[in-house]
Amino acid sequence: MTSRLSGLPDFMFPSLTQVFSTLFNGLIDGQITKAIIISFKRILIGFSIAVILGFILGYLIWRFTFVEDTLGFLVTAFQSIPSIVWFPLAIIWFGLNDFAILFIVTIGATWTMTMSATSGFKNVPELYQRVAKTLGSSGFHFIKTVIIPASIPQILSGLRISWAFAWRALMAGELLGAGGGLGQLLENGRALGQMDLVISVMIIIAVIGTMMDRVVFVRLERSVQTKWGINQAT
Amino acid sequence: MKKMYLKIEGINKSFTNDQNEKVKVLDNISMEIEKGSFVSIVGPSGCGKSTLLDVIAGLEKADSGFISVSGKKINKPGPDRVVVFQEDGLFPWLTVLDNVMYGLHLKKISKIDAEKKAKEILKMVHLSQYIHSYPHQLSGGMKQRVAIARALVMEPDILLMDEPFSALDEQTKMMLHNELLDIWKETKVTIFFVTHDIREAVKLSEKIVVLATRPGKIKEIITVPAMKDSMMPNSVTLKMERKILTILQTEIDKVWKEEMGDEYSFQTNYIHRSDSNHLGNDI
Ligand SMILES: Nc1ncnc2c1ncn2[C@@H]1O[C@H](COP(=O)(O)OP(=O)(O)OP(=O)(O)O)[C@@H](O)[C@H]1O
Ligand SMILES: [Mg+2]
Repeated sequence: MTSRLSGLPDFMFPSLTQVFSTLFNGLIDGQITKAIIISFKRILIGFSIAVILGFILGYLIWRFTFVEDTLGFLVTAFQSIPSIVWFPLAIIWFGLNDFAILFIVTIGATWTMTMSATSGFKNVPELYQRVAKTLGSSGFHFIKTVIIPASIPQILSGLRISWAFAWRALMAGELLGAGGGLGQLLENGRALGQMDLVISVMIIIAVIGTMMDRVVFVRLERSVQTKWGINQAT
Repeated sequence: MKKMYLKIEGINKSFTNDQNEKVKVLDNISMEIEKGSFVSIVGPSGCGKSTLLDVIAGLEKADSGFISVSGKKINKPGPDRVVVFQEDGLFPWLTVLDNVMYGLHLKKISKIDAEKKAKEILKMVHLSQYIHSYPHQLSGGMKQRVAIARALVMEPDILLMDEPFSALDEQTKMMLHNELLDIWKETKVTIFFVTHDIREAVKLSEKIVVLATRPGKIKEIITVPAMKDSMMPNSVTLKMERKILTILQTEIDKVWKEEMGDEYSFQTNYIHRSDSNHLGNDI
């Protein structure tokens, strides 16, 4: 609509109706749907690895002072590197393939996850730990029944931010990389001069990002807050 | 002679403060406590009451000396010596029932038996209606009762209590005092009770250990007349309270002088905030 009025060329500013019909058709005929599935598979794998790594690293940093003194500092440094910066290295190590993309997705989320797990563990009230110990808890049982549940609120917000980082890394990686996915579809749209496709994919990316945040993470946080009786600030 | 049960032998404990100096907190504390007795520890703030309790609980290591329970030395926390702290310390992610069952899962008890036990104890502290509530849905007094239930369900040999009622209002406190005395009589558990409330100590315990401060050492051990069943006549309790207060006063003066330096000029009876008997005005 706007482009019609301003007289700008179609291939730069497609009309809204055109965008929506491309979006609709793309979902129906499977072009966009397939890309969504590929992207989701990648982020689930990359994100899961990042969460597991984050927990392990967070645990080690919390548990051992010498790990904190060494690795703790590195994690902060790594966290400040945008994950796409790793891509050239990833291509050299793995080639221009799925692994390279998975690598930067994982690395995009790992450091944030590590930091929130660490601070979650560190902020477990001393009182809970003392109570559990005097009731006979120790070792793995202690970690499982006190340290992890007590740090859930902080870990949840860590998950939320890590997911956002992973999602950004994924799009960047797919855009530059190969093997399908939403980012790749975006690049295809550009190469073919199909601006309607480009904008459709952008919409999908925004919708998925928002849905994950609002529907999954915010809800999880809310339900924990209600159960625990924490005042809801937001 | 009655058989001694909990033995505290020559406990010394120092902490390093912010200025990296060693501060002696407990100085050669020795005492013996009979099985099934109710002993209170009173003393000025910072004299090491909580530290002593932590050592008995196994949460802190003494620099020297040892603790033994019926002849066996202890060196780490164990469910035979459960602690009730000043704050309830209930796990907010568990229901009341699950909080009480927490420690039972670590014992070799079947789930069904554990639940039955937990429910029995919760009945004892009059909380049967709240077993499926989460801690934040309870009042402060109710939470502290859950904390007591969680400790009692372990059937500990010794119940360690660190100012368990000091965060509660007077009415709730009185009610819980009576509840605790009932429980004590019923279960015959040995209770080691830390408080700074002299009246509370006199009301509840059989023996009161007065700690001196900086470093904490035993100043006096006072036996309270055994009249728990009938209400003790007011004059007797008052006399006891006054006696302990007199012992404590010199210790409290010591602390205030140290902390406030020359600014220290007035004496107030701040031990009994809501005192209707004007206790201590004549000291
Ligand atoms: N972990 C610690 N590190 C250093 N100093 C400590 C530590 N724990 C206790 N202290 C010091 O030991 C002294 C005794 O503390 P403690 O908590 O046992 O006193 P308390 O008699 O229980 O006091 P209150 O009545 O205020 O609870 C205090 O001076 C305190 O500052
Ligand atoms: Mg204390």
